[in-house]
Amino acid sequence: MKMNKSFFVMLLALLAGSVLAAGPDLGHVEKQATNWTAIIMFGIFVAGTLFITKWAAARTKSASDFYTAGGGITGFQNGLAIAGDYMSAASFLGISAAVMSTGYDGLIYSIGFLVGWPLITFLMAERLRNLGKFTFADVAGYRFQQTPIRAFAASGTLVVVAFYLIAQMVGAGQLIQLLFGLDYWMAVVIVGALMMVYVLFGGMTATTWVQIIKACMLLAGVSFMAFMVLAKYGFSPEALFTEGVKVRTAIASNSGKTAEEAAKLGLSIMGPGGFIKDPISAISFGMALMFGTAGLPHILMRFFTVPDAKQARKSVLWATTWIGYFYVLIFIIGFGAITLVLTNPEYADVATGALKGGGNMAAVRVAEAVGGNVFFGFISAVAFATILAVVAGLTLSGASAVSHDLYATVFKKGKADSAAELKVSRITTVCLGIVAVVLGIAFQKQNIAFMVSLAFAIAASANFPVLFMSVLWKDCTTRGAVIGGFLGLVSSVGLTIVSPSVWEATLGYPKGSALFPYTSPALFSMTIGFAGIWLFSIMDRSANAAKERAAFPAQQVRSETGFGASGASGH
Amino acid sequence: MSDPVVDRIQKNPKYLELRKKRNGFGWLLTLLMLLVYYGYIALIAFNKPFLAQPIGAGVTTLGIPIGMGVIVFTVLITGIYVRRANSEFDDLTAEILKDASK
Repeated sequence: MKMNKSFFVMLLALLAGSVLAAGPDLGHVEKQATNWTAIIMFGIFVAGTLFITKWAAARTKSASDFYTAGGGITGFQNGLAIAGDYMSAASFLGISAAVMSTGYDGLIYSIGFLVGWPLITFLMAERLRNLGKFTFADVAGYRFQQTPIRAFAASGTLVVVAFYLIAQMVGAGQLIQLLFGLDYWMAVVIVGALMMVYVLFGGMTATTWVQIIKACMLLAGVSFMAFMVLAKYGFSPEALFTEGVKVRTAIASNSGKTAEEAAKLGLSIMGPGGFIKDPISAISFGMALMFGTAGLPHILMRFFTVPDAKQARKSVLWATTWIGYFYVLIFIIGFGAITLVLTNPEYADVATGALKGGGNMAAVRVAEAVGGNVFFGFISAVAFATILAVVAGLTLSGASAVSHDLYATVFKKGKADSAAELKVSRITTVCLGIVAVVLGIAFQKQNIAFMVSLAFAIAASANFPVLFMSVLWKDCTTRGAVIGGFLGLVSSVGLTIVSPSVWEATLGYPKGSALFPYTSPALFSMTIGFAGIWLFSIMDRSANAAKERAAFPAQQVRSETGFGASGASGH
Repeated sequence: MSDPVVDRIQKNPKYLELRKKRNGFGWLLTLLMLLVYYGYIALIAFNKPFLAQPIGAGVTTLGIPIGMGVIVFTVLITGIYVRRANSEFDDLTAEILKDASK
């Protein structure tokens, strides 16, 4: 009975992670024995990336090199880097764990992460490239008064980066504890220190190449895993699914269900379950994922690393292709976890279907089951590398916001020289690195499952509306953009705090006391953001507003044709 | 303030043609993508049994090809846009820029 109870606790924790909080929870883990294979593999990865950083450092001379790798990344390379930013440890381990425990719901969840990409391609990618230079504020503030719009963009960037960073750091600490058998604090410090080295010395060039290498390793790893899983079932998905249903049925009947109920529970993994509770939550959450992607600062900055609009479009197409491919494989690997891991007494309690070491071990255990200890070490190292690469990208985008938007534009009124700006970026990188380590340790015991979905909701409600309206709507003014943007920011954070995933799960207030009943605030906070921008723009009758409206046609010419767009290369 | 080249581009009928064609195409595909995704979400929210019904005699449900179909559709529709934008629209843009620099 005790086992059954712990199984349900685990299941609830997983559901809380993937359903309520709408972000795969890296959740509860136990420290494992030191895994030398994984540590050696990771050591090789680190040595390789440090070598690249040294090479990149020699090429990082100007601010343009630091922020955008001199604009010299090709569409294919950038597509891999974007996909790498997106295929975080949370999607790799969290979604495969969600498929293992809920089956089809894991697929619904991953689709939500994919569907924003076409919209970015159709509406934003080339406009971003044509108007932008280093940060998304260059685009949003193209014809606006610089001080207020930059102050807003920097706040939007730093808030999103902070929540994303905390989630990654806590995930890193817990994962490394699990996979490498190292202490939590050690893992957090290693991630912080390595990330600082990449960003400080290698800037965007190193950050991009670390991400590309990791993306290739991850894609190769999951391809091999999915291939091996399918090979065990004669490359018949039907045979794999049948076996999965059989295992789930057996687990259900072990928990005391009648044969009929057990068969029903077993089959339930093949169809939608509890993931979509009510239509409002479903739509709201879908909007956060769809439009949030178009407002994440560390993704947006990647559009400035390619030479022109053509390459910008190619990069999103490659990114979408790799991410879609990745999610299809993750679904197969999740089923592989049911059939190969949950049935193996070494990895799980076969009777109850509880995984040893926590649900997030699903994907790495599949690796061990199909590829032995060496491949297990490889996948563990890839998981660590994943966090490291994403954290480096986040830090770089935070540092750009401080040095390019706040320091160079707001404080120095655009008169800072490239060297001084670069120095500020590096100081900020060190500060952000230290802050990330401190926050990672401070939040160790907190339930942080809501943080990634909050980052998406803020990006969708603050950054995206400002970007969208300033580029596409001629009557948008500085006042409208800044007030509307801040309203979106404040409302998305506020509604998240009073939603069940924070109010009840993190702050511990009684069940049912949350004021805001839905999973995600995006439907409401995005509306507030857009309505705010519209209202305060049309009410703006100042002389400045007239000037900004008059400047729209010129902005439009540049955004549509690339005329006058900042050059391919800074040198 | 006013750049003569910008003025020339704005007056070029090809510029209007580019904006009309590309934005029309972009918004049409955006609408299609929204329809497909929210149609899928609505199906889950309002008609779970439809997706949970098996195809044929096995355990594979209709939801599997539909879900995979949404993923493939997402990649394809992106590809369709990029293909047209990188050839037809970019050629038109190049012509506009060439006219403007005369």
